[in-house]
Amino acid sequence: MDRALLKLERISKQFPGVNALDNVSLQIAPGEIHGLLGENGAGKSTLIKIMSGAYQPDSGTIELDGQRVHLTNPHRAQALGIVTIYQEFNLVPSLTVAENVFIGREPGQRGFVDWAALRRETLSITDRLGIHLNPMARVRNLSVAEQQMVEIARALSMRSRIIIMDEPTSALSGHEVQQLFKIVRDLKTQGLGIIFVTHRLEEVHEICERITVLRDGRNAGTENVTDLSTADIIRMMVGRSMDELFHRSAVHEFGDIALEVRNLSRQGSARDPNATLLHNISFTVRRGEILGIAGLAGAGRTELARAIFGADAFDSGMIIIGDKVTRIRSPQQAIQHGIGLVPEDRKQQALFLALAVRQNLSIASLASIAQWGVFVNEKAEMSLVERFRDALNIRMASPEQKILNLSGGNQQKVVLARWLALQPKVLIVDEPTRGIDVAAKAEVHQLLDKMARSGIAVIMISSELPEIMGMSDRILTMREGKLTGEVLRADANEEKLMQLMTLSAKDAVA
Amino acid sequence: MNQAQADAPLLSRQVYGASLISILSRFAPVIFLVILMIVFAIIEPNFLRVNNLLQVARQVSITGLIAIGMTFVILTGGIDLSVGSLLALAGMTAAVVAKGGTANTLSLGATESTGYGVLAAILAAIAVGVIGGFIQGTLITRLGVPAFVVTLGGLSAFRGATLLLSGGGPIAGFDDTYKWWGQARLPEPEGIPVPVIIFLGFALLAHIVLRYTRYGRQIYAVGGNPEAARLSGLNVKLILLSVYVIVGFFAGLGGFVLSSRLGASEAVAGTGYELTVIASVVIGGTSLFGGEGSVLGTLIGSILIGVLTNGLVLMNVSPYVQQIIIGLITVLAVGFDRFVKSRRSI
Repeated sequence: MDRALLKLERISKQFPGVNALDNVSLQIAPGEIHGLLGENGAGKSTLIKIMSGAYQPDSGTIELDGQRVHLTNPHRAQALGIVTIYQEFNLVPSLTVAENVFIGREPGQRGFVDWAALRRETLSITDRLGIHLNPMARVRNLSVAEQQMVEIARALSMRSRIIIMDEPTSALSGHEVQQLFKIVRDLKTQGLGIIFVTHRLEEVHEICERITVLRDGRNAGTENVTDLSTADIIRMMVGRSMDELFHRSAVHEFGDIALEVRNLSRQGSARDPNATLLHNISFTVRRGEILGIAGLAGAGRTELARAIFGADAFDSGMIIIGDKVTRIRSPQQAIQHGIGLVPEDRKQQALFLALAVRQNLSIASLASIAQWGVFVNEKAEMSLVERFRDALNIRMASPEQKILNLSGGNQQKVVLARWLALQPKVLIVDEPTRGIDVAAKAEVHQLLDKMARSGIAVIMISSELPEIMGMSDRILTMREGKLTGEVLRADANEEKLMQLMTLSAKDAVA
Repeated sequence: MNQAQADAPLLSRQVYGASLISILSRFAPVIFLVILMIVFAIIEPNFLRVNNLLQVARQVSITGLIAIGMTFVILTGGIDLSVGSLLALAGMTAAVVAKGGTANTLSLGATESTGYGVLAAILAAIAVGVIGGFIQGTLITRLGVPAFVVTLGGLSAFRGATLLLSGGGPIAGFDDTYKWWGQARLPEPEGIPVPVIIFLGFALLAHIVLRYTRYGRQIYAVGGNPEAARLSGLNVKLILLSVYVIVGFFAGLGGFVLSSRLGASEAVAGTGYELTVIASVVIGGTSLFGGEGSVLGTLIGSILIGVLTNGLVLMNVSPYVQQIIIGLITVLAVGFDRFVKSRRSI
C-alpha cells in the first residue's frame, strides 16, 4: 500500500469491566474499500465510534494524511472529512431530501435559507452519485434504500474523504444492494476511502479489497480479500476466548415437547420498513432441553422470542404448547401458558430501577402472594425473596435495597428469580449474560443448567458462540429472519455455526 | 476471598450514599412545611390558632381531594389537565339532580327543590367524574393520544358542557342535607370541617391502596418502566385507564363537595384548579416522570400550598405575589427532584 489516508495505530479503549479494544490498528488507502468484520461484541462498534469521534480512545494514535488528529467529537471528525453512516439513519423524516442533506449547513444568508441554492447543490450531489432523487421529496416518503442514498449524499456534501458504512446492506433487497455497490465503487474511483462493515460474508468478496477482522477487541488480521476463502474469513472471526466457561454436561434424555412453533412469519409493514421479518420458522423444544439460538445482530432472534412471548404481533403461524394450539396475544397470556422471557436489555425491558429488589422480584407473581387477591402479603413476599436469595446466591445488602445498586450479575439473577417464582414450563433467555462479569456468567450458566434439569424447556439466545456451544443441547442458527440450520451439540463447532449464521443457504451448501 | 467479601465495602457505600440523598429528598417537603409554619407563627401569632389551621385544612380539602387522584395519574407518568372543568361539570350535575332541573332555580324558593335528594346528587356527581375519566382514559390508552392533549381537550370540553347544562347562571338554594357535606363540622360548631374529614379519609384509603395492594404495586411498576411491566405480564393499558377513572372519581366528588360548601354550583367553579392540584402532587415529591412518589407526599404538598397561601394572606401579601411564589416553589420542587435523580444515576 502506497499511502494511508486514515491510519489508526494501537488503539485501546476500556469500559468498566470490559476491554473493548486492545491495540487495534487499521489503515485505509485512498480509493480503497476496506471491509471491517467480526462477531457481535468483537469491537467493531467501538472502533467505528472512535473513528467518528463519538468515543475517545484511551491510548493509540489516529493519523489523517500523515497528520496526527484528535477526533474529540463527532463534529470534529466530520469537519475532517470522516463521516459515518449508521445502520439507524440520522435523518429527519418530516424534512425534505435537500434539507436533510444540508442540515445545519443550509446555504443562505443572515439566517434565511436560499432554497434555490439548496436545491441546486443537492441535485449536483445526486448527479455525482448517479441517482435520481427529488430534492423536495419528504424523507418519510422514501424507501429504505433511498433514505440511505440521502445519507450518502449528505456524506458527500460534507466533502468527506472517509465514509464509514455500518451494515449498509442489511435492510436492502438484492437489486438495491447492487445499486449501492455501484455507488460505492464510484466513490472509490473518486479517491474516497470506504470502510464497509457487514455481516454478509458473500458480499465481502464482491465489494471489498482488503478486510480487517476483529476478535475479542483485538486485530485478528488484515488481509487482501483475493487471498482468502470464505472459510478463511470465518476462521479469523471465530475462536473468541471466554474464561471460566461453564460447560453443561451432556444430557440425552429429554421430556415431552414443551413448545412447538410452526410456520411463524412476520411480514414487514409499510410503517416500519426497518423491522426485522420472520420467515416461516418452525421448531420444537422439549422439557429439560436447552435450545440455543445463534445468529448475528439483526438475524431476528429477539424478534422470534418476542413473537412467541406475545410481546410483538406476528402475521401467520402457530404456537403449540403441550398439544394445544394457543393464541398468545400478550405477555400476560404467554405467562398464563407457562412461558417466561428474560429480555436482552435488562435496564430498559426488565428492571424497575426506582424500586427495591423485593418489588422487582415479586412483580410477576403478586397474584400468588396477595391476600384475597388484593393486599400484598409482605411476609410471603419476603420469604419468596429470601428463598431465591439463597437458591440463586443473589448478593444484596437487604431485600429493600434498590435494584439500581446491585451489580449486573445480581440484577440478572433477580430477573431470573422473577420467572422461576412462576414455575414456567418454557423460559426464553435473550443474551442472559450480556454485561455481567465472568464469575456471574458462570453462575448464570449453572442456573440455566439447573433449570433445564428441573424440567424447564430453556431457549437461550446468545451472540457468543462459546456460550451457545457450552450450554446448548441443540443449536438453531438464524440469518435475516430465517432458520438456516440445526446443529446437535456433538456436531457443533464455531466454523460451522459461523458459516450458517453468515452465509445464505445456497452459498453455505456450495 | 469470595465474591461476597469483595462486594461488601462497595455495597455498603452505595447503600449509605444513596440513602442520605434519598432521605433528604423524601423529607424535604415536610422539613420545608415545618420551617414555613415556624416562620409564619413568629411573624403572625394568629397563624397557629386552631381555628385558623382548620380554616387552612378546609381550604385545601377540595384541591387536596383531587390531588389524591392526580397522584395515581402522575405515578404512571401521566397528567390530567381537565380536573377543574370536570369538577365544575360534576358540581353542576349534582345541583341539577338535587334541584330537579335548571329551570326550577328561579321559581322555587331558596331551599326548596323538586329533585332526587342529596344521595342521588352525590352519586350523579361521582358518575360524571368517573365517566369523564373513563372517556379520557380510553382515548389515551386505545388511540394512543398523549394524556396532555386528551385532557387539554377535556379542560375545554367539560367546561363547555358545564355552561350548556347550567343554562347560563349559577344554581343555588339547597337544603341542609346537601349543604352538610361542605359546611358542617364534626362535632358542631367548633369541630373538624366535614370536607377535611372526607379529604383525610380518602388520603388514608389511597395510601393503603398504593402502599399495600397489588394494584398499588402495579401502578409504581407501570410508571417506572412500562415496557418491563408489560413483559412482566401486567395489563398496562388497563392500569393506565384505571388511574384516569380514579382521578375522575375525585374530581366528581370534589365537585359535589365544593357545590355543597358554597351552597351553589357555578359554571366557572374550579377554574385553574389543575395547576394547584398538579403543584400539590409535584411539591409532595411525586416524580412527573412516573414511578416515584406517595399520597403522603401529596398530603404534605397540599397542606404546604394551603399554609403558604394562608400565611401570606395573614401577612397581607398581595394575591398576585402569592401566585408568583407558588409558581416558583413548584419549579424548585421539580428542579430538586431532577437534581436528586442526576446525583443518583452516577
